[in-house]
Amino acid sequence: MNQIKRLAGILWIIIGPVAMYYLIKTAASEIAAKPEVDTKIQWGVFVTIFLPIAAGLVIFGYYALKGEYDQLPESSREV
Amino acid sequence: MNNASPKGIWKVIGASSLGTLIEWYDFYIFGSLATVIASQFFPNTNPTAALLSTLATFAAGFIVRPFGALVFGRLGDLIGRKYTFLLTLVLMGGSTFAIGLVPSYESIGFAAPIIVLLLRLLQGLALGGEYGGAATYVAEHAPANRRGYFTSWIQTTATLGLFVSLGVILITRHSLDADPTVSIAKFNDWGWRIPFLVSIVLVLVSVYIRMKMKESPLFTKLKSEGKVSVNPLKESFGHRANLKMVLLALFGATMGQGVVWYTGQFYAQSFMENVCKIDFEQSRTILIWAILFATPFFVVFGSWSDKIGRKWIILTGMLVAIVTYKPLFGKMLEISTPSEALAASSEVKESTAAIANTTNVLRTQVTRATFASGMVIMTTQKDTVYASSATQVSKPDVKVSKVLGTADYWKMVAIVFMMILYVTMVYGPIAAFLVELFPTKIRYTSMSLPYHIGNGVFGGLTPFVATLLTTIYTSDKLVGLMYPILVAALSLVIGAMYISNKE
Repeated sequence: MNQIKRLAGILWIIIGPVAMYYLIKTAASEIAAKPEVDTKIQWGVFVTIFLPIAAGLVIFGYYALKGEYDQLPESSREV
Repeated sequence: MNNASPKGIWKVIGASSLGTLIEWYDFYIFGSLATVIASQFFPNTNPTAALLSTLATFAAGFIVRPFGALVFGRLGDLIGRKYTFLLTLVLMGGSTFAIGLVPSYESIGFAAPIIVLLLRLLQGLALGGEYGGAATYVAEHAPANRRGYFTSWIQTTATLGLFVSLGVILITRHSLDADPTVSIAKFNDWGWRIPFLVSIVLVLVSVYIRMKMKESPLFTKLKSEGKVSVNPLKESFGHRANLKMVLLALFGATMGQGVVWYTGQFYAQSFMENVCKIDFEQSRTILIWAILFATPFFVVFGSWSDKIGRKWIILTGMLVAIVTYKPLFGKMLEISTPSEALAASSEVKESTAAIANTTNVLRTQVTRATFASGMVIMTTQKDTVYASSATQVSKPDVKVSKVLGTADYWKMVAIVFMMILYVTMVYGPIAAFLVELFPTKIRYTSMSLPYHIGNGVFGGLTPFVATLLTTIYTSDKLVGLMYPILVAALSLVIGAMYISNKE
């Protein structure tokens, strides 16, 4: 199971940037289709808020790949 | 240390839940009255006001909530849970009450939307800080083997807050005049302020109760031992051992939980109203009944999670949502579409009114079709009849509103009930799950952020993304469900692989 957890880490690392690429692509086409200030704000907020989340997914994948989740702490006191 | 007496724990739950319920109520009434508020403060005709409206909608939900989680989470880990969630309650109640007092755009111009925007941002900030405090406070009073049960009472508050807000709005809309049409007109004019103003009474009662409560025993012990965190933000997100748990909580649990929650409670309502075209009040009473029947299950699943563990209840909730969303929403569409091609009876009323300062006339045609199932479809068509035949004819404005027959109404309640049942599965045990992932000294900060990103960002985006998808792929009315299904599926896979099942 630990081997699968680690290999899946590669998938999470890939999903982060791919999701951002599609988000930015959609934002650009939506803004181009309706170039109003509120459209820009909406999509600007989405891209801004999802960038760190996508980065978080990459870090999560990296930790998984490195085996950080092979053995989770039994109690929060161990964290 | 966390062995409060049976009477004591119920006081803790009562004080925490009442305050959290009021916070959710305050946050939801703004959303539920968005159309009325927009007409009072953010007129469409003015681009700057419309821009402020967009900011109020998106910034409060998506940016300020997680920011509030960081600000108040840090404070809660530094000075204690009790005073922090007391502060968030005062902040929320004060800003809600103030929204009810702001003069309209017509009276004070641009100051009105700016003040409302600032107050809405304060609401978002307060909400970001409240939940983590309440959940932590209750969990730290509860015995370790009953955390799921006791924290599930806090979990009911988000749904009950929606229930109370819908109830207060519907009652106020109908209490302002004996004539329902006049009553609704009065509500849209000034009566909408009542639900906001009522909030202050509830908040004062809740503040009084919370003031009398003691600090969490675990935090008090930590403080007496001098082990309180010096820098909760750094310890939560700067240390690998804790950051990996924050990321796991977000991607393996709260992200999927958030979309299931918002699909069941908010997208379902939006779908009934905008896609199925069910009447405004009927769509709300359907939701009210479904919430009423489903709410006890928060406690059932919370309590059950103490026996079999949190993980599989949460993940099963996600799984059934993924598998059944399409059939359930498809059934909603089917119910709202009359099976007979022709109505049993139909009547048409037409009226005309002169348009001021022109020679043109506004023609209103109302068609009322009654079907054998008891469904009534009202189609209101408004168009301008031009005095000069040479003038181009504009596209008529057509609005459809369906009132379901009794049998179909209860079928719809049953479907929404099923979706809220999924919400109780994913949301009932989540507070206990999050609390148990993080150590006491940085618990408030660490659990608040994944909770508010999962719910505020992933969940809060559900109605927007789902609606956006339906405008891109117009042939499939259920295409909007792809967003919650994909997000929940990703979370399910991550949760199933990496989270351990603690009993």
